[in-house]
Amino acid sequence: MQFIQQLIQQLINGITIGAFYSLVALGYTMVYGVLKLINFAHGDMFMWGAYLGLTGFNVALAMVGQAGGWSILPIVIILMLTVALVGVLVERIAYRPLRSAGRLAPVISALGVAFILQSLARNVYGASYKTYPTGITPTGGLSLAGSARVSTMQIIVLITSFLLMGALYLFVQRTRIGTAMRAVSLDHDTSRLMGIDVNRIIAIVFLIGPGLGGVAGMIVALYYGSFDFTLGWSYGLKAFIAAILGGIGNIPGAMLGGMLLGIIETLGAGYLSPQWKDVIAYAILIIILIFRPTGLLGERVAEKV
Amino acid sequence: MTLLKIENLHTYYGHIQALKGIHLEVEEGEIVTLIGANGAGKTTTLRTISGLIRPRDGQILLDGQQIHTLPAHRIVEAGIAHAPEGRQIFSTLTVTENLNMGAYTLAADKAAIEENRQRVFDLFPRLEERKNQLGGTLSGGEQQMLTIGRALMARPKLVLLDEPSLGLAPMLVKAIFDTIQEINARGVTVLLVEQNARAALKVAHRGYVLETGRVVLSGAANELLRDERVRKAYLGEQ
Ligand SMILES: Nc1ncnc2c1ncn2[C@@H]1O[C@H](COP(=O)(O)OP(=O)(O)OP(=O)(O)O)[C@@H](O)[C@H]1O
Ligand SMILES: [Mg+2]
Repeated sequence: MQFIQQLIQQLINGITIGAFYSLVALGYTMVYGVLKLINFAHGDMFMWGAYLGLTGFNVALAMVGQAGGWSILPIVIILMLTVALVGVLVERIAYRPLRSAGRLAPVISALGVAFILQSLARNVYGASYKTYPTGITPTGGLSLAGSARVSTMQIIVLITSFLLMGALYLFVQRTRIGTAMRAVSLDHDTSRLMGIDVNRIIAIVFLIGPGLGGVAGMIVALYYGSFDFTLGWSYGLKAFIAAILGGIGNIPGAMLGGMLLGIIETLGAGYLSPQWKDVIAYAILIIILIFRPTGLLGERVAEKV
Repeated sequence: MTLLKIENLHTYYGHIQALKGIHLEVEEGEIVTLIGANGAGKTTTLRTISGLIRPRDGQILLDGQQIHTLPAHRIVEAGIAHAPEGRQIFSTLTVTENLNMGAYTLAADKAAIEENRQRVFDLFPRLEERKNQLGGTLSGGEQQMLTIGRALMARPKLVLLDEPSLGLAPMLVKAIFDTIQEINARGVTVLLVEQNARAALKVAHRGYVLETGRVVLSGAANELLRDERVRKAYLGEQ
């Protein structure tokens, strides 16, 4: 009984962390889909979401004297739009001019943007750990069977993530623009022959990916309580791994990979030891990749030559 | 009336010159074929018309308007659809989604898209049977039907077909050429690139012969069929 309760608790925690990984992994995977580029700056856009959230809450506190409750909504919207705009600008300035320059130059450019975003955050906000104002993170929760608990914050995280991911999935599968995104991921030239403005589709991807990443950054900061400018690097790398695990370029894959990574890590930390969780998690990752080099959902239909 | 007019077209791949001053005209309502050996520049001509490659010199006019300066997606809007060489269908999109992408420029006009899809299904009943199947799982012939059908989805004035018969069984080759005539009879002008010169010249009104980036011969299709040089070089006769 004890064992089951503990397992349920670990799974709840794992899925919560997995939801973060999934949200961030989507940004890597969508950009990889349309550009075949690993956007290493994505993790730092996510990190900026955490900092912009901090600024937003502080401004809200100063202006209306409170930062919790519904004031979170305009903060989230402004933050999402800001990070999305940064994403679009980065693509326009740092990636598009290099689009016909082979595979290496854009990756280096992405790393450059990553360092710039990271240094900017450190210079603007300082190198110390930051915490959100007290009273914002919701407290309380629900008791499940026995000692297992799901906190209010976890419920918010899960509902928000699943709503966002569900909406994205429907958008990509059901709408004209979403279908065009999948077409562009397969073949730029043929997409252009359909009358698709490929640059516009890529810009939309750079709106959605960083937009979701920015929101994830804020939620992660709320969930953990504190963060610093290396958040994007550590968390971003894990999310990138989640994207690879699910099959990079594949949107449901990113969601699945994130969840799996979160759960494996949490179970490893809970049942073995926190020091060994990364060893376990990444050993499993390597084993999965050996058997499925394209990731779990990658390239289910063979590409024709 | 001249629908497409190409003047002195020069196209390069880096330093390699693929087109060395092409002149070509397509009248409204015609089937015009472009024949030539491997590497003559047929595909390059079509890719330059549809804006995938920019010409270095010369011009392309559609209905008297310059189009060679427009981005590819605007050329589709202007009324040219291109069914590319090698059946470039979207392998992980369904047949219906592939067709919908062909009608991308019609945006929200659901009724028109529906109507055009029905026309394509009339032309290729096979596609309707397979409409929910992924493009990559179709047979070669079905993929070719999809490539052509997709190009017709936007109701183009002019459709560019690049080797629609390549790799198909003889029965299917005949069906494809019949379909091309049918498409033309429904009012679409066709610029047809083919290795199968005999079949192409039989359905076409006029033809151009391309050799290493230049037009070396042009005229009415039935005259080209009788031409000594064409018979020797492209129809395999002694
Ligand atoms: N992407 C490219 N880069 C460099 N050279 C190219 C490229 N594509 C084509 N070429 C060259 O341009 C010339 C014309 O090629 P093109 O594909 O237009 O010929 P084609 O007439 O369509 O031949 P085929 O009948 O084999 O399809 C060839 O010499 C070819 O090698
Ligand atoms: Mg060719």
